Amino acid sequence: MIARRLAPPVHGISNAVSAARANPLEVPVNSVVCVTHVPDTESRIKVSGRGIDEAGLKFIVSPYDEYALEAAIRLKEAKGGDVTVVTFGPDRAAHALRECLARGATKAIHVKGDVATADSLGVAKVLAAAIKGIPHDIVLFGKQGVGGDNALVGPMVAELLGYPQINVVTHLEVGEGTLKAHRELEGSEEVIEAPMPAVITAQKGLNEPRYSSLKGIMAAKKVAVDTKSVADLGLSEADIFNQRVVYVSLELPAEKSGGRKIDGADPAAAAREILKYIREEAKAL
Amino acid sequence: MPSFPGVDYMNIDSLFTEEELMVRQTVRDFVDEEIIPIIEHANREEKFPEHLVPKMAEMGLFGATISDYGLPGLNSVAYGLIMQELERGDSGIRSFASVQSGLVMFPIYAFGSKEQKDHWIPKLAAGSAIGCFGLTEPDFGSNPGGMRTTARKDGDSWVLNGAKAWITNGSVADVAVVWAKVDGTIRGFLVEKGTPGYTTAYHMGKFSLRASVTSQLFFEDCRIPAENVLPETNGIKYPLSCLTQARYGIAWGALGAAMGVFHTATEYSKSRIQFGGQPIAAHQLVQNKLAWMITEITKGQLLALQMGRLKDKGELKPHHVSMGKMNNVNIALECARSARDILGANGVSDEYPVIRHMLNLESVKTYEGTHDIHNLIIGEAVTGIAAYNPPMSAQAEKEATARREKEAAKK
Ligand SMILES: Cc1cc2nc3c(=O)[nH]c(=O)nc-3n(C[C@H](O)[C@H](O)[C@H](O)COP(=O)(O)OP(=O)(O)OC[C@H]3O[C@@H](n4cnc5c(N)ncnc54)[C@H](O)[C@@H]3O)c2cc1C
Ligand SMILES: Cc1cc2nc3c(=O)[nH]c(=O)nc-3n(C[C@H](O)[C@H](O)[C@H](O)COP(=O)(O)OP(=O)(O)OC[C@H]3O[C@@H](n4cnc5c(N)ncnc54)[C@H](O)[C@@H]3O)c2cc1C
Repeated sequence: MIARRLAPPVHGISNAVSAARANPLEVPVNSVVCVTHVPDTESRIKVSGRGIDEAGLKFIVSPYDEYALEAAIRLKEAKGGDVTVVTFGPDRAAHALRECLARGATKAIHVKGDVATADSLGVAKVLAAAIKGIPHDIVLFGKQGVGGDNALVGPMVAELLGYPQINVVTHLEVGEGTLKAHRELEGSEEVIEAPMPAVITAQKGLNEPRYSSLKGIMAAKKVAVDTKSVADLGLSEADIFNQRVVYVSLELPAEKSGGRKIDGADPAAAAREILKYIREEAKAL
Repeated sequence: MPSFPGVDYMNIDSLFTEEELMVRQTVRDFVDEEIIPIIEHANREEKFPEHLVPKMAEMGLFGATISDYGLPGLNSVAYGLIMQELERGDSGIRSFASVQSGLVMFPIYAFGSKEQKDHWIPKLAAGSAIGCFGLTEPDFGSNPGGMRTTARKDGDSWVLNGAKAWITNGSVADVAVVWAKVDGTIRGFLVEKGTPGYTTAYHMGKFSLRASVTSQLFFEDCRIPAENVLPETNGIKYPLSCLTQARYGIAWGALGAAMGVFHTATEYSKSRIQFGGQPIAAHQLVQNKLAWMITEITKGQLLALQMGRLKDKGELKPHHVSMGKMNNVNIALECARSARDILGANGVSDEYPVIRHMLNLESVKTYEGTHDIHNLIIGEAVTGIAAYNPPMSAQAEKEATARREKEAAKK
């Protein structure tokens, strides 16, 4: 095990604690979880221009974000405090927030905008601005958003807020004012301690996300999602769209050619034919 | 294993609210992740997958329409969608949930005393207690009013005698809602597992609902405390009102089984090649089967949904539920038979989720009022004439009486 200790945040926000305490002996922890609404990886993706055709696509909460959310809900259950979920995306992204509320998030903020034309830094600026307005001790992300798979937004937000960041976390313990996180490395495990507020990006294995409970679904109906525009956060479109990265094109991978069947009735002949194929057609030998 | 995409030919999803769709998705995910991977084995081994009970409880699947006791208070449509998704997994798992919610929690909640509710509702919701519903007897199925089980008041107790047959969850139940006659009037009683004089035995060797426990219950001078009667019950209409709850859920549940087999058959037909490199889906006779299935499923969905909306308005009548149960179970069974056919030899193997659904649906067609009994209920609703017990000719009456007397004398 490697143990490291991170420096305190550059400008840590002291958090007024509002929510009720789950356990009077614990100091409540307020979490913010950033969630992105992504096409289900089982969906058949169709390209349209530089983006994807959303018609008929099923969108889900990005799977790594589910681990981040579950970690936050467990903190709330153990210590009290709020779990605020934040998304930057089009109207349909509100479904992702409802889903999180049904699992146990207590508040939701929807920054509406055309996330498809923003680059990672643009998204990070929006999220950082939104997070500044929410009391928080810990900010959680998925380690990467499935689909884009940039693994950039969490670390960028940490930099924009001046917070310590621990990425690809598989185990998390939150104490008073500090937290300890484990990361799996090749052949070892790293344990890092950081003062709060801090940014965590969640890896598979951090926990086993729960199903939404039916009661949660009904309760979620009663929570109003706080909807904001980019302008409400004091940002302009120029701050967000096509900052450093410009999408040039998006193409589907080439179709795989169908395999070839070799009759195995005569094993020796089949082996000769496979060898011939490997040498002459695939040119692998 | 890819997740189930659902079956929605005519954008019926647009008729559901966002919460209803979320409830459905949650249960659908649960079925894909927890039921589908284990169900064929459980079915083959004739074993109820008991480990699912706490998970279902945690999601709030038991007593989901109740809003007291911290329960979710779902509407009837959301409840129906739960049953639909569970039965896409397995009719036996759905039966478990139907009995727990519709046949045990419902009568305790609706006809029980405050003490009975406070004691049982939280436990049944949490899955820490399992319930069963004992109405049918070996000699009285479609005609439960003829039951022989009796309860007699004796000081501070009731004493039960008789036997029940074909009782879902019987041997695993912590509490049985037992219907028995008190001086000829049917009343409901709560009998706890382990009460002296109360024993159960499994019905083994079923070729249907193998992942669900079905048992006989025996009562031999079984003495229970006086307060274990469901105070409000006095008459056949009380157990029948429980059945109306459960039948409503079955009308939705059967659609789930139908959707499951339709999905399997459609996918299979597109990949199975016979004759000239064509998938069998390209043959008109196969398409005809698929077209029939999807048409009947779509009609069944509208029937179920209208029942649900009426139920939430308090306007649903038992004869409406009869139509839903009768039709939807029947078309589901026919869909399963067609799907079985489309899969050829694979259709008889438990490698595919088709033969299990098909065999399960045979029970579903019989229990909770047989197909034909529901026909008679609908017939009575449209004609005003009850045909369950048709008047006999004088000659037939005489012969039947003579036969009965002869049999009685033999005994
Ligand atoms: C081919 C393809 C095309 C796509 N086209 C579109 C499209 O046209 N329109 C569209 O809306 N989406 C589209 N998506 C979805 C898009 O991929 C996701 O928004 C994206 O996966 C986010 O991941 P990332 O790689 O950009 O960010 P990463 O840096 O990998 O994200 C890391 C974490 O940051 C957080 N995060 C990232 N983005 C947001 C956000 N917007 N709000 C809140 N938290 C966030 C999450 O916690 C996430 O786990 C497409 C996906 C695919 C596969
Ligand atoms: C797996 C399984 C689980 C069950 N679980 C439960 C449970 O949890 N609790 C419970 O109380 N019961 C349960 N049952 C029993 C079920 O409700 C009865 O089997 C059902 O009511 C039919 O009764 P029967 O089997 O006695 O058939 P019968 O009543 O003998 O019917 C046999 C046939 O005669 C027909 N018939 C009967 N009367 C008429 C009539 N008047 N006119 C025309 N046709 C008629 C029927 O339609 C049927 O086709 C279960 C059954 C099964 C198979």
